[in-house]
Amino acid sequence: MRGPLRRPFPRDWFVRKGAYRRFMVREMTSVFIGGYIVFLLVWLYRMGQGPEQYQALVEAMRHPLAVALHMLALAAAMYHSITWFNLTPAVMPLRIGEDRLPNVVVAITMGYLPWMAVSGAILWGVLR
Amino acid sequence: MADRRITLEVFRYRPDGDGEATIQDYRVPYHEHWVVLDALNWIKDHADGTLSFRWSCRMGVCGSCGMMVNGEPRLTCAVFLKDYYPSPIRVEPLINFPVERDLVISMDDFLAKLQAVKPWLIRDDEEPPEGEYRQTPSQLAQYKQFSMCINCMLCYAACPEIDGIPDFLGPAAIALAHRYNLDSRDQGQSQRQEALGGEEAVWGCTFVGECTAVCPKNVDPAGAIQQAKVASTKDWYRHVLLPWGKR
Ligand code: SF4
Ligand code: FES
Repeated sequence: MRGPLRRPFPRDWFVRKGAYRRFMVREMTSVFIGGYIVFLLVWLYRMGQGPEQYQALVEAMRHPLAVALHMLALAAAMYHSITWFNLTPAVMPLRIGEDRLPNVVVAITMGYLPWMAVSGAILWGVLR
Repeated sequence: MADRRITLEVFRYRPDGDGEATIQDYRVPYHEHWVVLDALNWIKDHADGTLSFRWSCRMGVCGSCGMMVNGEPRLTCAVFLKDYYPSPIRVEPLINFPVERDLVISMDDFLAKLQAVKPWLIRDDEEPPEGEYRQTPSQLAQYKQFSMCINCMLCYAACPEIDGIPDFLGPAAIALAHRYNLDSRDQGQSQRQEALGGEEAVWGCTFVGECTAVCPKNVDPAGAIQQAKVASTKDWYRHVLLPWGKR
């Protein structure tokens, strides 16, 4: 008598299907988000150390490698944000009476519009 | 018409035998209107009476015929042979569940989780009202989608987290808990929170989203889980900020 047979999920599940792979990419982009927060903290710390230190960091950031890393982080952050915004309707369904608001409406009002507004405000602040 | 056939590669396992689980091939008559379940029933009636599998309604209502069809969790009464012909079709028991025999899985763990969330109307007052509890169409719309679940467990077989996190309640159980919490007639949210508030109960979910993709009833269990996370978080804050308040 062997009894019931255990059949666990395949260990390499995240490469097995497009949907699983896209999930994994979304998860991995958080590394860039986390990394960039650390970078911003370093940036703030250097600012506190005086103009020379700060200027040195600004110079270092002109290096092509630094620029490339920034572009990569930006792409990762975009992918992360956009995939999450598109999931908002499942997390926060909005209703008017019996009807559920269409997913695009929820994604735009809860995600994209505030995102544009905040980004626009920051851009305005920087370029002013 | 010539006698056209299609091969079914069927997972076999006998708990009382000695060999390992095997894959057995059957050449099954091919008909355009046949579903995988028809082919399994043909095997059972004409080729091999020892093959075990569950089914009942043949129309996507009872939820008992779920199996892996070419690696995807599907209701076998809703998968047509014609979508695969002439390639072979592999039929295996739902993954993430212990196999009792052949295509029959053990659902003990799922049933225990389902029971833990008390998926029924709970009232503080035991006296039923005169007639029925009334509900407006918009109150019904709040939970209707989540009430369509047929307990087919396909969502559990699509979830990469279930197997490694024993305390995770899983998609359907959480969707049903949420369904009753959203019901205007129900007063049992705090009782259900005992099950939903466990460390991994809802947080075992990383929002892979495949449960929703495979659900044959458009229940959107992944959405229900995220909404349950929001509700559980609110409950936690309420408990911490207002410890004297009602749980
Ligand atoms: S939520 Fe969908 S997939 Fe999961 S048990 Fe219910 S009907 Fe089946
Ligand atoms: S036999 Fe009932 S759902 Fe398939």
